[in-house]
Amino acid sequence: MRLHEYQAKSVFSDGGIPIPPSGLANSVETVLEETNRIGYPVVIKAQVHVGGRGKAGGITLVQNDNEAEIAANKILGMDLKGYLVYEVLVEQAIDFVDEIYLGVTLDRSSGMPVAMVSSEGGIDIEQVASSTPDAISKTYVNPLLGLSDSQAKTAVLDAGISPTLTDKVANILLSLYNIWETSDATETEINPLMVSKDGDVIATDAVLNIEDDALFRQKKLADLRDTRNNNKLESKADLYGFNYVRLDGNIGIIGNGAGLVMTTLDLVDHYGGKPANFLDIGGGANSVRVENALEILFEDENVDSILFNIFGGITRGDEVAQGINDALENFDTLPKPIVVRLDGTNAKEGMEILNTDHLTVESTLESAVQRAIELASKGGD
Amino acid sequence: MSILVNKDTRIIVQGITGGQGAFHTEQMINYGANVVAGVVPGKGGLDFNGIPIYDTVDSAMDENDANASVVFVPPAFAADALFEAFDTSLELVVAITEGIPSHDMMKVNFSIPPHARLLGPNCPGILTPGETKLGILPGDIFTPGPVGLVSRSGTLTYQVASNLTNSNLGQTTVIGIGGDPIIGTNFIDCLELFEADPDTKVVVMCGEIGGEDEEQAADFIKENMTTPVVGFIAGRTAPPGKRMGHAGAIVSGTGTGTAQSKIKALEAAGVSVGQTPSEVTDHVKKFL
Repeated sequence: MRLHEYQAKSVFSDGGIPIPPSGLANSVETVLEETNRIGYPVVIKAQVHVGGRGKAGGITLVQNDNEAEIAANKILGMDLKGYLVYEVLVEQAIDFVDEIYLGVTLDRSSGMPVAMVSSEGGIDIEQVASSTPDAISKTYVNPLLGLSDSQAKTAVLDAGISPTLTDKVANILLSLYNIWETSDATETEINPLMVSKDGDVIATDAVLNIEDDALFRQKKLADLRDTRNNNKLESKADLYGFNYVRLDGNIGIIGNGAGLVMTTLDLVDHYGGKPANFLDIGGGANSVRVENALEILFEDENVDSILFNIFGGITRGDEVAQGINDALENFDTLPKPIVVRLDGTNAKEGMEILNTDHLTVESTLESAVQRAIELASKGGD
Repeated sequence: MSILVNKDTRIIVQGITGGQGAFHTEQMINYGANVVAGVVPGKGGLDFNGIPIYDTVDSAMDENDANASVVFVPPAFAADALFEAFDTSLELVVAITEGIPSHDMMKVNFSIPPHARLLGPNCPGILTPGETKLGILPGDIFTPGPVGLVSRSGTLTYQVASNLTNSNLGQTTVIGIGGDPIIGTNFIDCLELFEADPDTKVVVMCGEIGGEDEEQAADFIKENMTTPVVGFIAGRTAPPGKRMGHAGAIVSGTGTGTAQSKIKALEAAGVSVGQTPSEVTDHVKKFL
């Protein structure tokens, strides 16, 4: 789960990291109230869950009321890479001489937290990471012990940051690590940490992403979730407890188990079709879950045919077939053609009871995929 | 032969009375698994279908000479159950639980004593056909034979195993290592064990998008393996930044963890990579 910049900054501030004076605004009037409270120059920043906001036109530096009004009018309500901007952060502009990058993330290969520092902070950090990875100092941390003072100082010195700033930056890195740990973050980032000509450091951007699996014990952060920009179908899938990702093709996919569903999408592509979604119905596909899954795909206007691929492991094929029968009882005619393929435990029994009046049945994964593609192209005519 | 588990493996089930734990313990026993004890805090002294239940793993170990455990404990309490298991002489701990926070798993992984091994979490477990199973794999799709199978995904494992079995290609041992970012036993560990097993004539390795485990496995295969390896990678069409079901199955925004990079690395290491699950079976046949 991603937090907005203003939400992350509030967590940072509580954790002892200095941030500029700022306020949230959702209209031209409130933007002007904030700019006058803070004092020009200020930066107006779109609060949406996308990277590269500045380059996309979502961040503007303004010097007076006139410029602020123009910027507020432009940014509020704009579509930023598919996300509607509901709020902006109005923040004091900082006069800086240097930009530092700090980050803490989880390194999968080692299974350890890694603290990162670079003297080349700013909007091109990803470029820095790929072209000159050595410019980012990386410190692997024993998760049982946490980041130590000496590790933090060494990391900052290794990054080539001026020794006069070592203690200040190291302390911020320690705070960032603590925030990462106590909020069950997957990653957290300050980019940039600005250095003023007087040698003060201040975090002018903030990234804090929380692991979904840990939200059960991060209630305060979980409450900050902003779903206003979620796709309607994704919200519905969320409600039903499905793993669902909407894609841009026209073959709707329902299956059980992440690896098998991914494989089904790949096969659709392999045979020249385009998948409309990833939908993992999970174990125990009873009629309610089958019905809910079908509802999402029926509502998706991009979907021309539906492929239902279940490999009965512990889930029994006959139960799934019953689920499909029950779910389809509510329809006289199906809004979209459905191809069903059942395999594994009790698949034969399942096929026997499956009501095939409205359905196409295939016995292998490959033939089912090809059939679904064929039916989708007919539907598109 | 087999790797890690066989009919003599003596098993403790942690969380034996929960919905999942109870159902799958019965399935395990029906398959032939030797379940010697269960652990449920607060239910010590009771029994589950005649299997004694203990409050702690330690007390279960005092009275039963178990060497492996299977963990069905819910996510919020799973890390503690794993710490508890690793405080004993247990050699293999299989964590079935899905949704354990990564911060917990990092700490668990740093607490595994040298004599012990963790499989999972968020995995289907491990099964040696005709002998035993620790986990939730459906027993009847497997049959004994010369193929070692290791996979990050459950139902994909079933699909691939079922294809093999239908083509009369049985398995030595089948292992699901789990779809989370932080896991215990990884591909390389399993490849090493299969390489050392004289009965395993071919290894099938099913990976998926996310992380670099498959790339590292490719390096290992190139340098250390004489047993032929057949590969499969799920998620070729996955868009960057979207989590495809498994917490670990995500192509990063910067483009690492793609199926393409994994397939390329495996092929460069001499692995025959199937484009479809049935091609995997075809490749396996070539080596037998």
